[in-house]
Amino acid sequence: MSTAIAQPVERENYLNTQYGVGSWLLTTDHKRIALLYLASITFFFFIGGFFALLIRLELLTPAGDLVQADTYNKLFTMHGQVMVFFFLIPSIPAVLGNFLVPMMIGAKDLAFPRINLLSWYLYIIAGILMLHCILTGGVDTGWTFYTPFSTEYSNTKVIEAGLAIFISGFSSILTGLNFIVTIHRMRAPGMTWTRLPLFIWAHYATSIIQILGTPVIAITLVLVVAERALHLGIFDPKLGGDPLLFQHLFWFYSHPAVYIMILPSMGVVSEVIACFSRKRIFGYSFVALSSIAIAVFGFLVWAHHMFVAGISVYAALIFSLLSYSVAVPSAVKVFNWTATLYKGSIHYEAPMLYAFGFLGLFTIGGLTGLFLAALGIDVHVTDTYFVVAHFHYIMVGGALMGYLGGMHFWWPKITGKLYPEGWARLAALIVFVGFNLTFFPQFILGYLGMPRRYFDYSHMPEFQVLNVLSTAGATILGIGYLLPMIYFLWSMRYGKPAPDNPWNAAGLEWQTQSPPKTFNFDEEPVVTWEAYNYDEIDKAHPEEVHVVG
Amino acid sequence: MSDSQITVATSVHEEVRNPALLHHFATEQQQRDASSLGMWIFLGTEVMFFGGLFCAYLIYRLWYFGDFAAAAQTLNSWLGMTNTIVLICSSLTVVFAVYAAQHGKRTMLLASLALTLLFGLAFLGIKGMEYREKFENHHVPGASFSFVKTVPGHPDEMANPRHAEIYFALYFIMTGLHALHMIVGIGIFIWLLTMAWKGRLTPEYNTPMEIGGLYWHFVDIIWIYLFPLLYLIDLHK
Repeated sequence: MSTAIAQPVERENYLNTQYGVGSWLLTTDHKRIALLYLASITFFFFIGGFFALLIRLELLTPAGDLVQADTYNKLFTMHGQVMVFFFLIPSIPAVLGNFLVPMMIGAKDLAFPRINLLSWYLYIIAGILMLHCILTGGVDTGWTFYTPFSTEYSNTKVIEAGLAIFISGFSSILTGLNFIVTIHRMRAPGMTWTRLPLFIWAHYATSIIQILGTPVIAITLVLVVAERALHLGIFDPKLGGDPLLFQHLFWFYSHPAVYIMILPSMGVVSEVIACFSRKRIFGYSFVALSSIAIAVFGFLVWAHHMFVAGISVYAALIFSLLSYSVAVPSAVKVFNWTATLYKGSIHYEAPMLYAFGFLGLFTIGGLTGLFLAALGIDVHVTDTYFVVAHFHYIMVGGALMGYLGGMHFWWPKITGKLYPEGWARLAALIVFVGFNLTFFPQFILGYLGMPRRYFDYSHMPEFQVLNVLSTAGATILGIGYLLPMIYFLWSMRYGKPAPDNPWNAAGLEWQTQSPPKTFNFDEEPVVTWEAYNYDEIDKAHPEEVHVVG
Repeated sequence: MSDSQITVATSVHEEVRNPALLHHFATEQQQRDASSLGMWIFLGTEVMFFGGLFCAYLIYRLWYFGDFAAAAQTLNSWLGMTNTIVLICSSLTVVFAVYAAQHGKRTMLLASLALTLLFGLAFLGIKGMEYREKFENHHVPGASFSFVKTVPGHPDEMANPRHAEIYFALYFIMTGLHALHMIVGIGIFIWLLTMAWKGRLTPEYNTPMEIGGLYWHFVDIIWIYLFPLLYLIDLHK
């Protein structure tokens, strides 16, 4: 017992029980698989970021000078496909979710550890296929693969990109399936549904979308690939097919996919805000059930992407109304987080800065979503930079801020090392400033009428100022993303060793050692308290409220 | 508390563990429940996977009903019905297999699994015959596709070959995906047969049989929908 307290040089943990490439590539430990995913999605993030950089550089001047139209089309297509399917969709679930879901509910692993490893291999196969596609010419259909352009007219590598995304879809399905079974069947004694951390509720809702939505885009891509390869007429109007059917099937997945990206971030934000306000989350059951509500409503709004595509005006009316209804559970969350902050004892650590960033940016992204759900305004701003700015506020301002906040929050648990707090706060600030400078001008650009996906705007040179601002912001944003990567890597070697619970946070994952042992807990935990019992924690250890800072 | 105490406690626990019980489950019941729920959720994803196709099929069938009816008449409903009966029989033998595994009846288990495999192969054989006939008559979508037939009930109206081609495209993709699932199912049942042969499916542990059976039934149900939708359009005329 005494040796355990005296902090031996390095305790046995999931990182040092085994060494060597084989111990990683054949691991079934959810924590190691999370790290495999972390390395892979970081790689793809920088590839997607590289394309974004080229896009922004091209738009620095009105003339199409850096790249030509064909290249530009490929750049924004591959930026979208890589970022959506190879970074955002797996980001929080496959990294933080993989690491934390079993620990938060007191389990030794996910229900199907080998399927978990399989899902990473599927992701890697899909990733290699995508890389091959990029290196041998790329694809130019837009990330949406709209037919008949993708099946008939595009002369780029549509089939390869389609297959890559098809395979990565199965990786996503298996992750979702694993989470649902784990959350249903692997909870520790006493971990009732109403004691689950909100991170778990968010992942449960995400998993529902993954298992019900992803198969639909999988079969849609099968049809696109079959149509392109065999010249069938399923979506080609020349042969009697219906391109609108493709759009319906595509958005049936791809709209809910946005919630695959944002819901896990909401889970992270719930954890972080409760911890750094030292308060029980306000309206626990509303926050929990609003995740499920978002998942359910999310399936009923897809055709708001098609208001100008020629759907019936009555259908548009109903989809508009249903799209508004998503705002209700989203607002429930934002108001409850705000109410949690009220009279809280707020600490401004880096994860909390990201959570604040999330709150503001998600609110702007969500409210501009209502503009787009309104039929009249949507007709005005469809396919303009307004739409681009809106969904980047959700996907980058929302999802990515949550991801970064979560990475900082759980980094001490994952690696057993503390990151440098000062640098982290600086990086959070840089990301926030850079993000707004990049994307806020795009709202104005779009409202003034600049269309998306144009590489040359020389007939409207008045848009250059706002585009220069946006590019400048993107540069700052890029630095903001490089910084965490540098100091995270630095901290793995030189960081101070992390205590088991550096934030004095609630949650079973903080009761294990940092980094955890392979099977997480020495004994199966028995839960007798509700989530976010910060009152009791701070009463029991008033001196430890603010350990790091 | 000391480390040695924990080690002792763990090793006592290990002794009573069924070797089939994986390390991260606390009890066999928990493992069984997890596997079963996992298979049900997987089947849910399959419903959505086929659902996209059914949706496309229904829309085109509404739009191009006459052409679809004409195209469907080239299928042999008797072969389709035989296959339906074959699959229903295979589902029955699967039920027998699950029962036999739960009650430790080895001969019955082996016989039921072998019969299921036989029915599965028979289905694929008949399906192959049907596909061959489609190739011979140039009813496979693509460059050599040709379709000359009148719309049922309208002797003076020729069916639109483009629309008939959509029917055949959907026919091949839907039945092809179904056949692919059958092939996977046959693989699973060969694996189950080997397990049963080695005596590893017992009344205490037969989860693979149970979830393998769920999968087989599901693939059957897909066919139960495919058969009337693809073969029996406008049969009364």
